[in-house]
Amino acid sequence: MTAVEIAAAVRSGQRSARSVVDEHLDAIAGGDAGIHAFNLVAAAQARARADEIDGAVAAGSDPGPLAGVPVALKDNLCTRGLATTCSSRILEGWAPPYDATVVEQLHNAGAVVVGKTNMDEFAMGSSTENSAFGPTRNPCDTSRVPGGSSGGSAAAVAAGFAPVALGSDTGGSIRQPAALCGVVGVKPTYGLVSRYGLVAFASSLDQIGPFTTTVADAAAVLDVIGGPDARDSTSISEPQPPVSDTLADGVDGLRVGVLAELSGNGIAPDVAARLKAAVGALESAGARVAEASVPAAVFGLSAYYLIAPAEASSNLARYDGVRYGLRVDGPSTPDMNTATRSAGFGDEVKRRIMIGTYALSAGYYDAYYGKAQKVRTLIIDDFASVWERFDLLVSPTSPTTAFPLGERTADPMAMYMSDVCTVPVNLTGQAAMSVPYGVGDDGLPVGVQIMAPALGEPVMFRAAAVLEASL
Amino acid sequence: MRFGMGQQRITRAECAHVAALARLELTDEELDRFTGQLDELLDHVAEVEALDLEALPPTMHALPIANLLRPDTPGEVLDRGEVLAQAPFAEEGQFRVPPVLGEAP
Amino acid sequence: MSDEAQTIPGLGAPDDTEWETVVGLEVHAELATATKLFSASPNRFGGEPNTHIDPVSLGLPGSLPVLNEKAVELAIRVGLALNCRIQPSVFARKNYFYPDMPKDFQISQYDQPINVDGWLELPSGKRVGIERAHLEEDTGKTVHIGGGGRIHEAGYSLVDYNRAGVPLIEIVGHPELRSAEEARQYVSELRSILVAVGASDGKMEEGSLRVDCNVSVRPTGSDRLGTRCEIKNVNSLRSLGRAVEYEARRQIDLLTSGQAIEQQTRHWNEDDGRTHALRSKEEDYDYRYFPEPDLLPLNPSTEWVEQIRHALPSLPRDRRLGLAEAAPSVDVDHIALAVERSMDELALAAISGGGAPERVMTHIVQNLADGSGELAPESLAELVGMEEAGDLTATQAKKVLAVLVEGGGSPQDAAQTLGFEAMDTGELESLVDSLIAEHAEEWSRFCDGDAKLTGFFVGQVMKATKGRADGKAVTQLLNSRRG
Repeated sequence: MTAVEIAAAVRSGQRSARSVVDEHLDAIAGGDAGIHAFNLVAAAQARARADEIDGAVAAGSDPGPLAGVPVALKDNLCTRGLATTCSSRILEGWAPPYDATVVEQLHNAGAVVVGKTNMDEFAMGSSTENSAFGPTRNPCDTSRVPGGSSGGSAAAVAAGFAPVALGSDTGGSIRQPAALCGVVGVKPTYGLVSRYGLVAFASSLDQIGPFTTTVADAAAVLDVIGGPDARDSTSISEPQPPVSDTLADGVDGLRVGVLAELSGNGIAPDVAARLKAAVGALESAGARVAEASVPAAVFGLSAYYLIAPAEASSNLARYDGVRYGLRVDGPSTPDMNTATRSAGFGDEVKRRIMIGTYALSAGYYDAYYGKAQKVRTLIIDDFASVWERFDLLVSPTSPTTAFPLGERTADPMAMYMSDVCTVPVNLTGQAAMSVPYGVGDDGLPVGVQIMAPALGEPVMFRAAAVLEASL
Repeated sequence: MRFGMGQQRITRAECAHVAALARLELTDEELDRFTGQLDELLDHVAEVEALDLEALPPTMHALPIANLLRPDTPGEVLDRGEVLAQAPFAEEGQFRVPPVLGEAP
Repeated sequence: MSDEAQTIPGLGAPDDTEWETVVGLEVHAELATATKLFSASPNRFGGEPNTHIDPVSLGLPGSLPVLNEKAVELAIRVGLALNCRIQPSVFARKNYFYPDMPKDFQISQYDQPINVDGWLELPSGKRVGIERAHLEEDTGKTVHIGGGGRIHEAGYSLVDYNRAGVPLIEIVGHPELRSAEEARQYVSELRSILVAVGASDGKMEEGSLRVDCNVSVRPTGSDRLGTRCEIKNVNSLRSLGRAVEYEARRQIDLLTSGQAIEQQTRHWNEDDGRTHALRSKEEDYDYRYFPEPDLLPLNPSTEWVEQIRHALPSLPRDRRLGLAEAAPSVDVDHIALAVERSMDELALAAISGGGAPERVMTHIVQNLADGSGELAPESLAELVGMEEAGDLTATQAKKVLAVLVEGGGSPQDAAQTLGFEAMDTGELESLVDSLIAEHAEEWSRFCDGDAKLTGFFVGQVMKATKGRADGKAVTQLLNSRRG
C-alpha cells in the first residue's frame, strides 16, 4: 500500500494504524538484518503511537493527512528521547532533548516514526559505507551500495520497510540513493522545508526531503513538511500552494531542457538511454523538449567540495567531548578535545574537516572558499538565464547504476564524482527530484533527475507524475 | 606524493597544521594519506582558476532573502537534568572538563 | 630578562613630558534584552548554573540561530547615540575551540558590522573616534577548581552556559585617548550613553560592561603609533586607570632602557597592580572567519532606523550642553556631575523657575543625594530665592532642603518649623551693640585690626541667636560699627 492509500484507509476506519505499523515492523524484523537500513527501530514507541491514532479515529477526530503512515527518519534528524547518531561514534547514545520541526510536522499529520536510518557519517558520502555502524546494502542487489548519504532511508523504502522515509540532501544525498534504489526522492527548494533539528553538514546546502515509492506519496509528504518555520532563519516565510493539488495537470506545453553538461560526458550508456526514453515520454505528453546548456554546471563539484567542507569544518567543531556524546579523556581540555575527535570521527569526516579548515584558513580563504563562493554565483547566473527559456531541466540523477560495495572507498575522488549531476542544484538552491525510470543493462534501477527553478515544485511534480505514468 | 616537482598544492606540514587547528590527531600513515588526497582534491578544484571571477560577488545564500527577526519574548528552557544526563561528565549542575590551560584565544 | 626590565616601575623614570601614552579601547556591553541574541532562553544575570539554556544557546546539534529584533534595535540605538553610520551587516563565524563556547565558534560581525565611523565626546569637549560597534554573542563561564582558582594550576574546570548567547555590543574606539584619566572618562561617558539609551545596565561589577585596552607609548610629538599591548581583565574604572598607568610606565621603562616592546596580550592583576604577559602576537589564533550560513544578511530599513532615532532620549552630551547654557558660570565638572547623577532635569527646572543658577547647582552637587529627584523644582527655586533675599543663611538652607527631601512641603513652612525666621535688622543691631559693650577688650583688639576677632563676635551672635543670624550680615555690621 502507498502512503496515500494507508492514510485514506486509516482515516476512514477501514484499517487500523496498529495493523499497518505491525506489518511494517514485522517486515523490518524479517528483512533488515541483510540490508541494515536502520540504526534503531523504535518498535514500542511506534506501536503506542499507532494505538493513539486508532483511538483518535475511534473518537471521531481526524489524525491528519498521513494518519497511520509508517515513516523512517534519517539518523541526522533530532528525535526527542530517541538516539540520534548521524552514524557517528562521536554521537553514539545521544538522545536529543527536542524534536526537529519536520518530526513535529509528521507527528501532527498522524505519521508514525518506526526508526532511524543508517547514513554516511554526518551525511558525508555517496554510498552509506562511511557509517560507523557498518554499510547499508541495496535491496535490489545486496552486493551493491544503496547510494548515499541517505542510503538507509532509500533502502528502507525500496525494501518495503516503510512507505515513507525522510533524508537530507546536501549534494545529492536524497536523489542519488533514490535513483540507485529505484524510489522517488525529492530535494525541495532551499528554505522550503525547515532545517531546525537537522544535524548540520553544510548549512547553506542542506535540505530535508522525502523518499517514497510513488510521486503522489512524495507530494503528500512534501505538503506536510514544507512551509515557514520561525526557528529557521533561512526558511521561506510565505506558505506555498500544495503540490498534490496540481499533480495531474500534465506537461502539455511545458518547455523542458535536457541539461547538456550533466547528460553527456561520463554518463554510462545504459543510463543515457533511460534518460532518452524519459525525454520521449515527456514529448509524447506534449512537452516541448530542447537541449539546454549551463556551462558553469561543470564547476559544480569544485565549488561544492570547498563550500560544503568549509561549512562542515565549523558545524562539526562542537563535537568536542564537553556537552554530549563521546569523550575520550586527556590531561587537559585541548588534549581531551583532540582525543575525542580523533577517536569519534571516521576517515571521510576527518578528510572533509581538513579540507574545510584549510579552505578557510589564513592566507587561503580568497584562493579557495572565496573563489568557490564566486563560482557559486556564476552557476546561479547561468541557471537564471536558462530559466528564461525553460520551465524544467532534466538529466540523469547518477552517472551509473548502483556500484559494488567497496569499489570506491579507497578513492575519495572517484566517490566525489558520483555527485556530479546532483551538486549544481544544491549550490543554486533550486528544486530537484529523482524519479525511477526503468533499469540499466545490469537490471539495476536508473533515476531521472528533474530540476525546477526555486519554488518550482508544483511544475516539477507534474512532470514526475507524467514519467511515472508512462512506465 | 610529488615532492620536488613544484606541483604540490599542500605539504605534509601544512596538513599537520590544519589537523591541529581542527583538533585532530593523525597517525603518520593518516597524515601521508590525507596529504595525498587533499592535494588531489585541490588539484581538481584548481580548474576554477581558469575562470574570470573578478567581477562576480560571492554567494553565501542561494536565495535572496534577508532580515528574519524574532520578537524578544522568552520561551521554554531546557531541563537541566535532562541535558546533564547526556553530558560525559557533570558536577554541581555544570559540565566538568579537564584543565583548560589558558584563557580563550 | 635584563636588569633594566626588572627595575621597579616608576623609579628612575624619565620625565613624563617626554612620552605620550596612546590608548584605544574595546568595550563589550551586554544588551538589556529579555532573551538571548539568537534564542528565547532568558538573558538574566546569575541564577542556578545551566538553567537559562535552550538547544540554540547550548549549541545542540540541529539547532539554528534566529536573530533577536530587540537586540538589533538596541544596537542601532547605540550606533545612533555614538554618531555612527548604520549599514547593512552580515554575521560571521569566528572559529576557535574553548569549552565555554557551545558551538566552538562565536557568531559575531566581522567585515560588515552594523555600526561604523562614529564618535563620542568627552565632557572636556574632546571627540574620540569610534571605528565600529557590532553585535555578537557572549560565551558561557568557566570556573577553575583547585590551584586556588588560577587557570594554569586548576585541577579541572566547570562550565555554566547561562551567559552563552547573551547579546553583546562591542564598541571599538580609535586609539585617540592620551592618558589614563581620558580612558576613564571615555568609559564613564560611554557607560552613561549606554544606560541613557536603555541599551545596557552598564554594571562593570557584574560584567555587563567589559573593557579591553590597547596601550602603547611614543615620544611626545611623534605621529607614529608604538607597538601596543592589549590589557584584559580590567573590571572597574579604577582598575582601568591603574592598568593604563602601569602599562604605559612599563613600556616607557623598557624603551628608555633600550629594549623593544613585544606585541602581546597581557592580563591585569588587581592584587599586585601589574600586567602579566598572556601570549604574544605570534601565537595569534587563526579564527577562519566566514559568513554565518544559518543567518541572513541584516539590512534595517531607513524607516526603522529613523523611528529609533526619533525615540532616542536626550544624551549626556546634549544634557550637559543644555545645563551649561542655563548655568553658564558653573564649573563644567559640576555640570557633568549633575548629568551623570541624572539631576540635570531638576536643576534646569529650578533655574527656569527663577532659582539663581549658582545656588541651585550648589545644592544639586553638594547637598542632594542621588535619588532626590522627588524634590519639586519649584521648592528648590523658592528656597534659593529665600537665600538670595537674605531670609536664610546657607547653613539654614541646607537644613530646610533636608526637610523638603524627606517630607515635601513648602520652604517657607519648613523654615518656620525649624525656627529660621530671618532676624530683622534692628534686632541684630541691638544684639551686636550689647555684645560690643559686654566684650570691650576683644572689641578694642578687633578695632586695632586683629581679624581673628571677627570669628569671635560672629560666634557670639550665633550662640545668642541659635544660628538664626546671617554670618555675612553680622560681619558687615561689625565693620560698620568699627567705622
